[in-house]
Amino acid sequence: MLEHFSHIVTVFLLVAGLFIVIARGNLIKKLVGLSILQTSVYLLYIAPGKLLGGTAPILAPQLSVYSNPLPHVLILTAIVVGVATLALGLALAVRIREAYDTIEEDEILALDHAADAREGS
Amino acid sequence: MSLVLHLPALQVVLPLISAPLAVLLRHGGVAFAVVTAAAWAAFACAIGLWLQVGQAEGGVISYHIGSWPPPWGIEYRVDRLASFVLLLVSGMAALVLPYSRASIEREIPRELHYLYYAMFGLCLTGLLGITITGDAFNIFVFLEISSLSTYVLIALGRDRRALAAAYRYLIMGSIGATFIVIGIGFLYLMTGTLNLVDMAERLRTIESSRPVLAALAFITVGVSLKLALFPLHQWLPNAYTYAPSAATAFLAATATKVSVYVLIRFWFSVFGESLVFHKLPLPQILLLLSLAAMFAASFTAIFQDNLKRLFAYSSVGQMGYITLGMSFDSVNGLDAAILHLFNHGITKAAIFLLIGGLVLGLAKPGAVLPTPTFDRLAGLAKRMPFTCFGIVLAGLSLIGVPGTAGFISKWYLILAAMEAGKFWIVGAILLSSLLAVVYVWRFVEVAYFKPAPEGSVRQEAPLSMLIPAWLLVIGTIWFGLDTSFTVGTATEAALQLVRVGK
Amino acid sequence: MKNDLVLRVVGKLLIPFILLFALYVQFHGDFGPGGGFQAGVILAAAMVFYALIFGVDTARRVMPDWLVETMLAAGVLIYAGVGLAGLLLGGNYLDYFVLDADPVHGQHRGIFWVEVGVATTVSGVMLKIFYLFASRGDADAGDGDGRRED
Repeated sequence: MLEHFSHIVTVFLLVAGLFIVIARGNLIKKLVGLSILQTSVYLLYIAPGKLLGGTAPILAPQLSVYSNPLPHVLILTAIVVGVATLALGLALAVRIREAYDTIEEDEILALDHAADAREGS
Repeated sequence: MSLVLHLPALQVVLPLISAPLAVLLRHGGVAFAVVTAAAWAAFACAIGLWLQVGQAEGGVISYHIGSWPPPWGIEYRVDRLASFVLLLVSGMAALVLPYSRASIEREIPRELHYLYYAMFGLCLTGLLGITITGDAFNIFVFLEISSLSTYVLIALGRDRRALAAAYRYLIMGSIGATFIVIGIGFLYLMTGTLNLVDMAERLRTIESSRPVLAALAFITVGVSLKLALFPLHQWLPNAYTYAPSAATAFLAATATKVSVYVLIRFWFSVFGESLVFHKLPLPQILLLLSLAAMFAASFTAIFQDNLKRLFAYSSVGQMGYITLGMSFDSVNGLDAAILHLFNHGITKAAIFLLIGGLVLGLAKPGAVLPTPTFDRLAGLAKRMPFTCFGIVLAGLSLIGVPGTAGFISKWYLILAAMEAGKFWIVGAILLSSLLAVVYVWRFVEVAYFKPAPEGSVRQEAPLSMLIPAWLLVIGTIWFGLDTSFTVGTATEAALQLVRVGK
Repeated sequence: MKNDLVLRVVGKLLIPFILLFALYVQFHGDFGPGGGFQAGVILAAAMVFYALIFGVDTARRVMPDWLVETMLAAGVLIYAGVGLAGLLLGGNYLDYFVLDADPVHGQHRGIFWVEVGVATTVSGVMLKIFYLFASRGDADAGDGDGRRED
C-alpha cells in the first residue's frame, strides 16, 4: 500500500480534477479542476524518476546516485503548457464575464440558446 | 551545407519564426506578408519532403535534432503518410492565408490583425510539428502549441458565442491533451523511451501488461476528443460556427485531420495492429461510433438553420467515414481513411471559404456581418453565382457523386467493406450519403429556387477570397477525376503502415 | 499601497536582490539547478512586486508594453536563431557542437544563448499576462482603465 503511495495520490488528483471539471458549472472552478488534473500528470512523471538518496543529475566525482533528469525536463514543459492554458482560460473567462455578465455555464448556455432561437426564426 | 537535407527542420522552424516576427513588427500588413511567405515556404518544404520520401532508404527520412541520434535525441521522422499530411496542412495554410487578408478585414478589429497572423503561424507550426515528429512527448508539446493558438483563433470571432465556444473547446481540448500525456507517461514508464520507433520495438516484448492497455485507453480517448469522434464532438459545432471564416476553413481542413493522423500513428506504428485490433474489441467499438457519427451528426445537420453550423455537423459525420475506414483493419480500409482525410479536408475547406465570402456578400456596407441563416439566403444564386455554384460543387463531393473527390474515398470505403464481407455497411454508407444529399439540397433549394428579395444587386465576394476557394473546388473535381496522386500516395502510406506495424 | 512606508522601503531594498538572484539562477543553470525558465519567472516576479507596491501605471513606465511584447517575441527568435546558427555552420538544426571549434565550448555557447532566449520570453510572457489582467479593471464598475492601487 505504502510503496504505491505516489500512485494513489496521482489517481486521487486525477479523479478529483476530472470530477471538478465535469461537475462544476462555474467557469473559474472548472479551470481549477483542470489545473488539478494537470498536476496529477506532473506527479505521474516525476515520482517514478526519483531515487531515494539520489541527488540532482550533475556529473561530479563524489556523486554517483542521481535522479532521472528526463521526467523533470518533460514536466517543466508540461508546467509551462499548464500555465499557458490556465492564463488563456482565465482570459476567456474575463471576456465571457464582460460579454455575458455571468460565469455560470448554465446561464451562458441559456443565453446562447435564446440567441440561437432568435436567429433561427 | 545543403538546405535540402534540412527540410524536416525547416518545415517546422519557418512558420515558428514567422509568428514572433509578426508580433515584433506589430503591423497587420507586414505580419500578413511574413506569415504568408512562411506558409508558402512550408508548402515548398512539404513538396520537397514528399519527393524525397520516394527516394529515401526504406521510404523514411529521419532527421536528428541537434545531431543527437535517436532514441536519445528528438527525431523528426517523415514517412509516406506524414509527408501526405504535411502537404495537406501546409497547402491549406498557403491557400487560406491569402484569403484571410480580405476576410478578417470586417471580422476582426484592425489592431488585432497582427495577432491573428501570429496565432495562425503558431497553429501551423503546431500542426506540422505533430505530423513530423517521431518523439512521443514532442507530439504533446506541438499539440498544445496548435491547440492554444486554435482557442485564440476561435475566440477572435466577432460574436460573443465565439468566446463561450472557445472556452468549451479549451476545457475539452485540455482534457484530451492531458489524457494523451498520461498515456505517453505510462508508455514512458513501461519502456523507458520516448522515441516512437524505439517504443514500438520495446512494447513487442511486454505487449499485454496492464499499464500498456491503460496507455492505449488514455491515448485513444484523448485523441478521440481532439478529432471530434462521436459522441466527443460537442465542442466542434459552435467552435466552427463562430470562429472567423478563414480560421474555420483552416481548422476544418487540418486540425481534426492531424488528430486522425496521431491516432493512426499510435495504433499502427506504436501499439501495433495485433494489440489494437485482435486482442481488444476496439474495431467493433470504432465501427459503432463511426456509424453513429455518420447518421446522428448528418441527421442533426439537416435541421440546422445556420449554414456554417450545418456544415460543422456534417464535418462530424464525415469524420465517421474516416474512422469507419480505420475500423476495418485492412490495407483497403486504411487506404480509404487516409484518402478521405485528404479529400474531405479540401472539400470542407472550400465550403467554409465560400461561406466566408457569402457572409461578406450578405452584409450591408458598414453594418455588422449577418449570420448565414437560411432565410437570408433566398435567391442568393442570382447575386453570388460563383460562390453558390462552388458550394454546390463541393457539396456534391460531400455526398460522394462520381467525378468528385468524395466519390473516390467512398468507393474505397465500400471496397474495404465488401472485402471484409460486411455488406450491410455498404448499405449504411449509401444511406448516410442520402442524408448528405438532403442537407446540400436544402442549400440548393433556398439559393436557387426561392425568389430573391426585392432590390438585391449582384455582389460577389472579393477576388482574393474567391480564387483560393475556387482553387479548392477545382481540386475536389480534379482529385475526383485524376486519382494517381491521392490514391497512389494513400495506398503507399497504408502499405507502409501495415508492413511496419505487423 | 503606494503610501505604505514599510512596503516601499522593503520593496526598494529587496527588488535589486531579486533581480540579482534571477541572474544567479540564470547563469548557474550550467552547474546546478536553475536556468532560463526559472530566471525569467523570478525576473517577472520582481516587476510584479514593483507593480503591486507602486501601481501598474508606474511599472508600465519602467517596463512599457512595447518592450514586454518585444521581449516575448525576441526570446523565441533568439532560440530559433541558435538553431539556425547550428544549421548554417554545417550541423543539424539546434546542433550545439558546431558552434565552436571545441565541441564542449560549443555546447556551452549553445545552451547559454538558448537559456537567454527562454528567460527573455518567459519574463515577457509573465509580465504581459500580469499587465493584461491587471489593466482589465472591474467589469462591474465599467471603467476599463484599471486603476487598482490603494
